[in-house]
Amino acid sequence: MSTEEKKNSPIFQDSNKTYYPENEKQVSSVVKELYKKNLPTELIGTGSKSFIGNKIQSASKLSLSKLSGIVEYLPEELYIKVKANTPLEIIEKILEKNNQELAFEPIDFGFINNGKSNKGTAAGYLSCNFAGSRRFKVGSARDHILGFRGVNGKGKIIKSGGTVVKNVTGYDLSKLVTGSFGTLVALTEIVLKVLPKKKLSNTIIIYTEDKKLINELFEKISSSRSEISGAVFVPEEPEGKRYKHNKERVFKFNDLESKGSFLALRIEGDKVSIDERIKVLKKELEFNKLDTSTLDVHQSVPFWKKINNLELFTETKNNLLRAVIPPSKGNELMQKLGNKYKYYIDWCGSLYWIEVQSKKNMKIVEIKKLIKELGGYLTIIKTSPEYDYEETIFTVDDTRLLISEKIKKSFDPKRIFNPGKMYRGI
Amino acid sequence: MNELVLPKIDKTTIDKKEYIFKSLAKIINPENVLSHADEIKPYETDALAAYKQTPLAVVMPENTQEVSNILKFCHKENIKVVPRGAGTGLSGGALPLQDAVLLSLGKFNKILEIDFENKCVVTQPGVTNLGLTHAVQHKGFYYAPDPSSQLACSIGGNVAENSGGVHSLKYGTTTNNILGVEMVMMDGTVCRVGGKTLDQEGYDLMGLICGSEGLLGVITEVTAKILKKPQAVKAALIGFPTIEEGGNAATQIISNGIVPAGMEIMDKALIEATDNFSKAGYPRDAELLLIVELDGTESEVDGLLKEVSAICKKNNCSSLKLSKNEKERLSFWAGRKAAFPACGAMAPDYYCMDGSIPRGKLAEALLEIKNLSKKYNLPVANCFHAGDGNLHPLIMYDGGDKEQLRKTEEFGAEILKACVRLGGVITGEHGVGIEKRELMCEMFNDNDIQQQLDIKLSLDEKNLLNPGKVYPILRKCAEEGRVHVHRGEEKFPDLPRF
Repeated sequence: MSTEEKKNSPIFQDSNKTYYPENEKQVSSVVKELYKKNLPTELIGTGSKSFIGNKIQSASKLSLSKLSGIVEYLPEELYIKVKANTPLEIIEKILEKNNQELAFEPIDFGFINNGKSNKGTAAGYLSCNFAGSRRFKVGSARDHILGFRGVNGKGKIIKSGGTVVKNVTGYDLSKLVTGSFGTLVALTEIVLKVLPKKKLSNTIIIYTEDKKLINELFEKISSSRSEISGAVFVPEEPEGKRYKHNKERVFKFNDLESKGSFLALRIEGDKVSIDERIKVLKKELEFNKLDTSTLDVHQSVPFWKKINNLELFTETKNNLLRAVIPPSKGNELMQKLGNKYKYYIDWCGSLYWIEVQSKKNMKIVEIKKLIKELGGYLTIIKTSPEYDYEETIFTVDDTRLLISEKIKKSFDPKRIFNPGKMYRGI
Repeated sequence: MNELVLPKIDKTTIDKKEYIFKSLAKIINPENVLSHADEIKPYETDALAAYKQTPLAVVMPENTQEVSNILKFCHKENIKVVPRGAGTGLSGGALPLQDAVLLSLGKFNKILEIDFENKCVVTQPGVTNLGLTHAVQHKGFYYAPDPSSQLACSIGGNVAENSGGVHSLKYGTTTNNILGVEMVMMDGTVCRVGGKTLDQEGYDLMGLICGSEGLLGVITEVTAKILKKPQAVKAALIGFPTIEEGGNAATQIISNGIVPAGMEIMDKALIEATDNFSKAGYPRDAELLLIVELDGTESEVDGLLKEVSAICKKNNCSSLKLSKNEKERLSFWAGRKAAFPACGAMAPDYYCMDGSIPRGKLAEALLEIKNLSKKYNLPVANCFHAGDGNLHPLIMYDGGDKEQLRKTEEFGAEILKACVRLGGVITGEHGVGIEKRELMCEMFNDNDIQQQLDIKLSLDEKNLLNPGKVYPILRKCAEEGRVHVHRGEEKFPDLPRF
């Protein structure tokens, strides 16, 4: 865009070629202009997760940061409608006042980025579709989006879904947009399902490093009627200069680290139901044969916050992988990982966060192959400065890639939004 | 009944039908290709029985490769295809077309793997919803979505319609309860999405296919998540002297932080109809009946029932009963589950609507329906999944009277428009199909619909897969036909519909 054109443009653009539209209509105008001129753009919110995905080379940036604020919050209807770039922190604070929450426990990626909390915005979060420790019980971010408004790659304002839980009117585009890393739609408004917050939380710690036992326990927990809402295994950290050893610092509010590897289980509810569940659980997991301790609510809440914030990998300069596998393959994966890598297991045995030292791209290729063989998928969340992009960030097969290309084309035929962020050609 | 507009008939296809039959018989076992009028008659409608159309032929493939080969052939020859599961859908999504091959998944009726370790069942799409639960219940597991037709409806159909049930608020609908699908695209491409893992990376194709009403792909395999049954389940049956008080109680239950497993509301007309029909012992003096089901641990459920009771008393409930055992809990549901047949017994025909509204707008919606009932001089009974906002008004009429039929359809369309006006949607769980096609523009503008059509064309560029469904053909908000049940001649009359 020429200086003359920029001056005449109704939407402010700064010296870094970043547009700052103030409302949906302006987003539409900018995109229409970019579409006409065939100019790709990078969608940005607060940039809290901009390190995830492939690097983008674009002529401009489209900041949606001015589209912020609560549009409507009806606690009794269990939804909150927000402008797309409303910070999650603000949303969570408002929900907290009404004893409600986003049940999928948004992860704070700020810690692994630069050691500081930054949860980012609603749109940014949904674009990535990552869920915290409660995932295996309540679903992911995609299960908690009821509807959206946004602008497609042609500059057309579109909407899908609504504010009600039960809605089968037309294709469920909310699901498609969630996890699309901003490659389909510039979101302008989002409706999120909210749920009552559980009154209390207790955590049972089981000290063990027996891989077989750990996987047996994960299996029993997921078959339990005790409604466990968090189950992680944190092993001892491996030796290695380039690993930042955060375990002791992260859990210093209690003495977890002093006894080595441990499994942590969260039980939520009121006091009576927690006690009742623990009683049942003791029998189901045969506590009498295990070395256990309990974290009360004062320790339990910060414990899960630290797990959810990925604080074990705070400020890592290494590669950080996120692998999801069928839980039955846990033993195999743990054996293969041995004690060579720093990792921990979330989602009751389904999700592995694995840190791989820099200059070890080959290791990433091997791990990715292994995860695929186990029936799972792997995403490279953070790359070390030396990472040379030999391996793709996301996992996709040819058929799904082909279908994804077609879908991309239906939203954004000129590849205006975040080109190449997920896959080449998308 | 109004004339239903269907896609233009392709004469070329009709002219070469003998060639098509022969070719299909080469692709699959000839016994699985039905073309004789007597053989294909049973397929001329789904559960929206008011509309009937004989298909060109019916094919019943037995495996994914056969589905792929059939679709490849039809794609090459420009032949339309209508997929069909168990045919229990209420919105006409599986209505055949004269120039289309009806692809029945009836032979895909096997459970392929029960995987307790990964808490899932891998199944062919023709297995019934209840069949999944039956396969895992011996170990205390179940499949959560429970549409009323669960005895007969197929899991593949559930995926196509994103079926719900009475427990959707707490346990979600189909899209929240499946882990993976195998589907065949119109050009014959076989695509696997998800698997035994939680979530998937990349575009959520499973989320897209779920609820796409057979327009984007044919489901050939489903990996469904199974859950452990809760420790305790109990219910409360509460009568209220006014709609407002009952509606307020339901809203306050939610705003007090309680998430019931199920919460149902019936209005006076329906209380009387069901009590006459099933002798459920409902409080006949009540204007509104609320059933609240709670699950969890024994003492948790007892505690929640206490809270629910207190809320209901505060809202002047006229009667309150708590289930003392499983038998009594089921008896609370018996009347509710007989709601549809009860209406069938009250009038020659009834017409079932399926809108969703915000919970708090219930009193307003019911008042509006009451006024419309007066305006059209047609009785109506209402049931409402209060947990998730899904409203099913049942309009009673005599289909033999053409004028009444016309008025009923107008009445129904006005109800759905009111649902949208109150912040809701035109279909909560029955799907759009052909039934609510022309009402899509009540919710969506041209841009919204164009985006959806663009997706459709990107995956089916010749528009051959289930054309004429979901999206308005004429792009106008004309009122067309909806679910009509004539003299109890409903398809699958034995299925409870709630």
